[in-house]
Amino acid sequence: MRFLHYRTLAAVGLVLALGPTALKAQRAESPRISTAEMVKALQLPQAQRPLVIQIGFRVMFQQAHIPGAEYIGPGSDAAAIEQLRKRMQPVARDKFVVLYCGCCPWDRCPNVAPAASALAAMGFKNMKVLYIPNDFGTDWASKGYPVQKGG
Amino acid sequence: MRATTLLSVAVVATVATGLACRDRTAIDKAPPSAVATDPGLAPDFALIDLSGNKLELASYRGKVVLLDFWATWCVPCREEIPHFVELQDKYRDAGLAVIGISVDDEVAPVREYYRTLRMNYPVAMGDAALAARYGGILGVPVAFIIDRQGRIQMKHAGQTEAAVFERDITALLARK
Repeated sequence: MRFLHYRTLAAVGLVLALGPTALKAQRAESPRISTAEMVKALQLPQAQRPLVIQIGFRVMFQQAHIPGAEYIGPGSDAAAIEQLRKRMQPVARDKFVVLYCGCCPWDRCPNVAPAASALAAMGFKNMKVLYIPNDFGTDWASKGYPVQKGG
Repeated sequence: MRATTLLSVAVVATVATGLACRDRTAIDKAPPSAVATDPGLAPDFALIDLSGNKLELASYRGKVVLLDFWATWCVPCREEIPHFVELQDKYRDAGLAVIGISVDDEVAPVREYYRTLRMNYPVAMGDAALAARYGGILGVPVAFIIDRQGRIQMKHAGQTEAAVFERDITALLARK
């Protein structure tokens, strides 16, 4: 019983210790798209435009989001990841997909890595994560890039 | 016995002085805040907090208010909250009121964090309309410091040092 207790503690400790590191590694591995490249991608013919998924928070999405983007929920939430899997299940695995959050600075964002990981595991080969160094307001909306409200 | 008591008092006084000096140094070294040159009134709101009480900004007139937009999954937000709890305790009697506005999608995790972090100030759920009235909350955390007259004097977007908040708050508390 005591052994089990220690094993549980050790497992929790390991998760706590590796959590931020694992997220950081996942973020580093995710293929990125810059904001400037994203603006160009939005101007592509309809068939070539990316499917854009916001994995931040609804209050932000309702105020401003990338035109055509779909809201899924914060990627750090297991329910949102499940929702993402359901949404993406019927989508062709070679579809150009862009995930973005912008809730907080890139290196502190808890949402992009789990979502990117889930899509990579599903076999999406043309998936990118929008690189937002600070937050969506600073790096997208304030720069005059296109936004939509509502949703 | 008397010598022991005197020694204890001396030790406590030394430690307290040291802590006070450390606090003062941190505050003095804190980077400058952007202070509004023509501060506008903070948009009023009337919400129901997690405890079911009315939360109206107008009723805080006469106090210095730290209004924090945050989310449970936001690591920088969570790191700031223990400092807000400390500040609320330290400056409550001087007239500080901290208010939290969560931008989470659901209330359940907010209630859990409220308990876990032992938050000693009211928290309510925000929405896009309220966020827009505060100039847009397109990233968290964002904290506004509001003076006793209800005017927004400082805005801190992104994680901010506790010493910066303390310096700004004490400056506004000193104004009557």
